[in-house]
Amino acid sequence: MALREVSGQDLADALNGALPGTVQGFDEEVVWVQPSRVHAVAEYLRDDPSHDFQFLNSISAVDYVEYFDLVYHLTSLRQLSTAVFKVRVYGRDELNVPSVYRVWRGADFQEREIWDLMGIRFNGHPNMKRIMLWEGFEGHPLRKDFL
Amino acid sequence: MNCQLASDSVLYANGLYRVVYNVAGSFLPCWLAYLIAGLVIIFILVNAVLLGAAVITWGERRVLGRFQNRVGPNRWGPFGMFQPIADLLKLLTKEDLRPQGSDRIVFALVPILMVAPLILLTAVIPFAKNAALASLNVGVLYILAVSSVSSVAIFMAGWSSNNRYAMFGAARAVAVLISYEVPVVLSLLGVVMVAASMSLGSIVEAQALPFILVMPMAFLVFLAGMSAELNRSPFDVAEAESEIIAGYHTEYSGVRFALIQAAEFGGVGVVAAIAAVLFLGGWSGPWSEYLGWLWFLLKTGVVVFLFIWFRATYPRLRIDQIMAFSWKFLLPLSMINLAAVTLEVFFLRGDDGSLTTADLGIMAAINIVVTVVSVIVFGNLIRDRVTLRTRQPQQVAVPGVPTIEVS
Amino acid sequence: MTIRTEPVTVNVGPQHPSTHGVFRVRITFDGEDIVEVEPVFGYLHRGSEKLAEERNYVQVITLTDRLDYTSSMINNQAYCLAVEKLLEVEPPPRAKYLRTLTAELQRIASHLIAVGFFVQELGAFGTPLMYSFRSRERILDLFEMLCGARVTVSYMRPGGVFADAPRDFWPALDRFLEDFEEELAEMEQLLLENEILMVRTRGVSPIPAEVAINCSVSGPVLRASGINWDWRKQEPYDAYDQVEFDVPIGSNGDNYDRFWVRMQEIHQSLRIVRQCIAQIEPGQVRLDLPLVLRPEAGREAYGRVEASKGELAFYLVSDGGISPYRCKIRSPSLINLTIIEHLLVGWKLADMIVSLGSIDINMGEVDR
Repeated sequence: MALREVSGQDLADALNGALPGTVQGFDEEVVWVQPSRVHAVAEYLRDDPSHDFQFLNSISAVDYVEYFDLVYHLTSLRQLSTAVFKVRVYGRDELNVPSVYRVWRGADFQEREIWDLMGIRFNGHPNMKRIMLWEGFEGHPLRKDFL
Repeated sequence: MNCQLASDSVLYANGLYRVVYNVAGSFLPCWLAYLIAGLVIIFILVNAVLLGAAVITWGERRVLGRFQNRVGPNRWGPFGMFQPIADLLKLLTKEDLRPQGSDRIVFALVPILMVAPLILLTAVIPFAKNAALASLNVGVLYILAVSSVSSVAIFMAGWSSNNRYAMFGAARAVAVLISYEVPVVLSLLGVVMVAASMSLGSIVEAQALPFILVMPMAFLVFLAGMSAELNRSPFDVAEAESEIIAGYHTEYSGVRFALIQAAEFGGVGVVAAIAAVLFLGGWSGPWSEYLGWLWFLLKTGVVVFLFIWFRATYPRLRIDQIMAFSWKFLLPLSMINLAAVTLEVFFLRGDDGSLTTADLGIMAAINIVVTVVSVIVFGNLIRDRVTLRTRQPQQVAVPGVPTIEVS
Repeated sequence: MTIRTEPVTVNVGPQHPSTHGVFRVRITFDGEDIVEVEPVFGYLHRGSEKLAEERNYVQVITLTDRLDYTSSMINNQAYCLAVEKLLEVEPPPRAKYLRTLTAELQRIASHLIAVGFFVQELGAFGTPLMYSFRSRERILDLFEMLCGARVTVSYMRPGGVFADAPRDFWPALDRFLEDFEEELAEMEQLLLENEILMVRTRGVSPIPAEVAINCSVSGPVLRASGINWDWRKQEPYDAYDQVEFDVPIGSNGDNYDRFWVRMQEIHQSLRIVRQCIAQIEPGQVRLDLPLVLRPEAGREAYGRVEASKGELAFYLVSDGGISPYRCKIRSPSLINLTIIEHLLVGWKLADMIVSLGSIDINMGEVDR
């Protein structure tokens, strides 16, 4: 009984209908979302009964040197489906993305970890501190330019 | 010279003291003979407690090992019997640490204050007929008074260590000690009443039928209360090693730690000896004239084994549950026991106030029934209602269908 | 008269006998009651994700052993599944069964540790722990026969397993299963209906289903809250679609249910192991893949398994090179800790240790 994977196309269509202007692009599996609208998208995906993604599997950050990708893996326990959406943020310094802490509490430590190791700040997270390394550590070790 | 202990002296009843005094007095001045006899007694007592503690640590580790599919210490000496000596040597060579900000004098006093009451307690225990080092006529009272000193020592340890875990442990220990003192005293009142004496020697002689049969409930309360006072499982909250490291003795090391450990394990031995005297008939048994000490040690060993068995089996209770257990379960039981014994003694005693063996038999029959009934009734009363309120977990055979009721 | 009291802040850990490694919680107590909790991580941070970017795909397996060192087989499995997704290959059937079998044995070993320490933290002096370690040793001996290592096994490879089981592995496994049945019964007799264990754990630190889901909790902790969710059922990998097993779920989400779910899962794992033994057939155990793997550039894969602690996933991104461009580890232990505040605040010091034990964290995986 495999889970249904919601395609990027379907997700983009739904998002365009409900929250116009949030989708930046999509491919077969993934939809890219406007960074400033992450919180709204997350809330919509969780609360909309046709999606019902109550479970946030993980948030991953990938450093592509010119930009960072934040990857959100979601699961709906009732609809038996999974989905992925990504957020692309350009630049190296002063990166800010809205936090989804209020939507999925499970994002708590993962967002802190991304700030610690990748250097992307999450606005609205109540405790945006380093998690693995100590305060005052210079740099963000998982970045490709950290040696 | 030629000092002989007068037969009206309070120390005359103590055979060992008398012999040493008389021998030493035959060629020494009286005051020196007095001193030497005293020192000999003290030497024997201190060594009895410390050696007893050593034997019990070894026994406990071996028995626990058996319970846990292990071997236990088996390297040094026959069956690893010299292990406590090796432990002691190791502890003696350790650095004597004293935490920063601790109260130095109080901190240093604690180990002594913990061992001292045990040595004092050992003095009154009759190992065989007329073999107590000091046969006090208020033995039971003395035991209760002296054994409470250790709670002060524990609180001193917790306070002077300047460590929060130690403070937690000390606060818990004192709370537990105070709560369990009450049922223990009440259960011992029954013993005193039946024996019509507070002297431990007379209590043993009064046990034509061991008091464990005459008053099973008093024995249960005494055992539970004493394992709480000794901080033994399942009441070992004061030094719960998984919660508060080692409780009040977290900061002790080296020889101080060795003394505290000796006090703990020695305490087990002393309490077991007291239980053997008060409830199991002490030295009495076949050929007790010659083998009294053996019967006494055997009975003590059985009680020590019981303590070790508890430790190997039970998880620990929470502090509030321990309090509830004392006030809601042990206290009523000890009161029922006291009431039952009082009535029985009142109606059964002869004209001179003594009880015959047949009387004790009747008491035993009644009290066993009373014990069973009240343990069942009160057991059901204090049984935690949480267990009844929560639902039983279940096994789901339906593959893959989520059963979520999320609002 | 009112006595003035003040809250006390205590650092529980990183040196503490029962924080499961170098975990530290800063706890504010009011008497014995907990009013504030702040977990502090990072004492075991080794940068596994960064290290993975420096090694080729096969070498990363040794890193996964050291994540949750009580269930390295399952870590291997999760990583290999992710790499196989990247490469779009599938291991031969015998390899699938071997993986399922070893993963379930490892789950038994891991749950035995969890249960043993859980009861140890309740204050049972060593006995249940020794009972569980007795059986765990046997499982580790079996692993030693398979791959020469007991804890850091590195047994699985992308496209199969490292080597087929030696001939005397199967009789040894049978002997173990026979003895383990008895040992497990002995342990259950001691624990499951234990009155003190019940009053200490029933109704303590319950986690409602909504909270569990919102906090992304997974594994036995999620199931104890009453949610029938097991990735082995929902997204069967390896041979899990060929075997039958039940999913035990709790109903209160309290400490007892978490403990109970683990005990029942041991039974289910035994069932799976038995079925694997019955169904496994001779054949190849490893695909002929090149020594150095080079997945197509730009591909990414999210390979997940139901590990003993919860959902363990590896998110791999390839740039066409010989090592992963990014290897993100979704560690169940870290994310299960999100509920720590719900778990501890309002309960007592003694419950705190037990509740921490009931979510069964492993610092190797929390800090990575």
